[in-house]
Amino acid sequence: MTNRTVLVLLDPADEVRSSVLELLTIGRALGRVEAVTLEAPSVEALAQLGAHGVETVHQAELPAELRGDARHLSAVVAEVLAAAVRRTDADVLLAPSTFAAKEAVALAGRALGAGVIIDAAGVAEDDEGRIVGTKRVFAGAWDTSSRVTTDVAVLTVRANAVVPQPAEAAVATEVEGFAVEVGAALPTVTSRTEKERDADRPTLEEAAIVVAGGRGTEGDFGPVQDFADALGAAVGASRDAVFEGWFDRYVGQTGVTVAPRLYVGAGISGAPHHRGGMQASQVIVAVNNDPEAPIFEICDFAVVGDLADVLPQAAEVIRAHKAAR
Amino acid sequence: MRIVVAVKYVPDINAERKFADCRVVRDPAEGTLNELDENALEAALQIVEALPEGEQESAEVVAVTVSPPEGDVALRKAFQMGVHRGVRVSDDALAGSDYFGTTAALAAAVRHLEAEGPVDLVVTGMAALDGLGSVVPALLAAELGRPSLTFAKTVAVAGGALEITRETDEATETLTAPLPAVLSVADTANRPRFPNFKLIMAARSKAIEELSSADLGLDPAVVGAAGARTETTAAAPRPEKPEVELVQDKGEGGKALAEYLIRNELV
Repeated sequence: MTNRTVLVLLDPADEVRSSVLELLTIGRALGRVEAVTLEAPSVEALAQLGAHGVETVHQAELPAELRGDARHLSAVVAEVLAAAVRRTDADVLLAPSTFAAKEAVALAGRALGAGVIIDAAGVAEDDEGRIVGTKRVFAGAWDTSSRVTTDVAVLTVRANAVVPQPAEAAVATEVEGFAVEVGAALPTVTSRTEKERDADRPTLEEAAIVVAGGRGTEGDFGPVQDFADALGAAVGASRDAVFEGWFDRYVGQTGVTVAPRLYVGAGISGAPHHRGGMQASQVIVAVNNDPEAPIFEICDFAVVGDLADVLPQAAEVIRAHKAAR
Repeated sequence: MRIVVAVKYVPDINAERKFADCRVVRDPAEGTLNELDENALEAALQIVEALPEGEQESAEVVAVTVSPPEGDVALRKAFQMGVHRGVRVSDDALAGSDYFGTTAALAAAVRHLEAEGPVDLVVTGMAALDGLGSVVPALLAAELGRPSLTFAKTVAVAGGALEITRETDEATETLTAPLPAVLSVADTANRPRFPNFKLIMAARSKAIEELSSADLGLDPAVVGAAGARTETTAAAPRPEKPEVELVQDKGEGGKALAEYLIRNELV
């Protein structure tokens, strides 16, 4: 079924993040890709969308009272997605696996009577042309395949599922507005402060390399951050370290779930909660001064030692290696 | 104030979890209350404890689960924490439910309780640790036609309204809505209480109320495997990792680490 229409959520629309570029790459393998946004895409975003084969961007026009902070509510995003699927007669709806997008997509699936797969690690079609999502579950210990049995398939896809590739030929991208009515019962957003994105480091969700610190840092994330910068990696923490107030974002099954090419855990023992958020990583490295740390059971390479000694020494060798290249 | 807390019976994340015939194996010896639901129960109990005197006595917290009878261990745990009633919705027809089937059963149970009197708040954990979809709370709100306030880091109920703060991937937000509403609670919201001896003893003899799909007027076509819009067609354990390469740091550990990364083209 190559005449399939695949709709991809682009929110925010000021940039096309690598997670969205992955969705466009997956979408092009299934059919023709189009994008849906809740705001006007930036010039830069339009150029990227064109390079990735998107001819049409469907920009929702919300009622005036929902154009402010309320437009980020998942119930509002869901109505936009459902209306866009109906408008384009799309067969597949794809969104990144953020907590907000998961909710929005599930609610859209409810409105459309469509089957929903959350946190897919891959998307394909089976012999009968049905959409199949593969998932890595139980802290990365099992792989499952699920088939969507409805005509419309709705999925969120985890970052690092595929390597983003531009289309063979770039296309011109047009923006089409469409009106959306929202009937859902909504809470009032009384305040909203956007988080600043660290311009110098990749985001935790999308990074190809993640370095995380835990209790073993004893509150000093300096060596972890310096080692991450030597590798060009994103920085995360264990849930304990966040509870202690040492860092703001944690890797874990209730925090950020990551599946990078390389994960380095420093001073992290590897409790089930944490493992659930990183065990699907391709290569796992740990530094811990406790030789009995459970994280060593799931590692490819490990150093038993003090991270305050090991990480700076490793960072120095890596920087020298990069400089010599 | 009447609060319904939706709880789930899940395989213990510390046990070896597995699939058989593409379904999650729910071994009663390894089954437990979803740990994240303890945050939901704690939030509900704290809301009641913060009520003015006089309103606390009439408040009721009801734990509801959709589960086979083995799921009673989850309700027992809820009793130990201090909930007043436990309701289990059980039916063979519910096996194999997708997000929508599970939501339909929970919503029907809430409506069943509403027939006795108003339900002001439905509280859930942020996700269940078996599936980790974290979408049922929002779906439940939509099904009940109530505002959805999810992933709460702080929770306050006052003047007939619910206010939460939360950290989304993009922003820090404050949301409010008049009751009735649906609330999901993040695992950073509170530290669930440890049951005291008195409650542990009392939990043993508390009756669990059982309901079937027919009691709830659930359409068999929308729940269970029959109503599911997705079907799991394969489930296989991942191959075991090769033995870890372990280096003891005797002054050269960092160098060994860097060399491993360089050798494997990870730098």
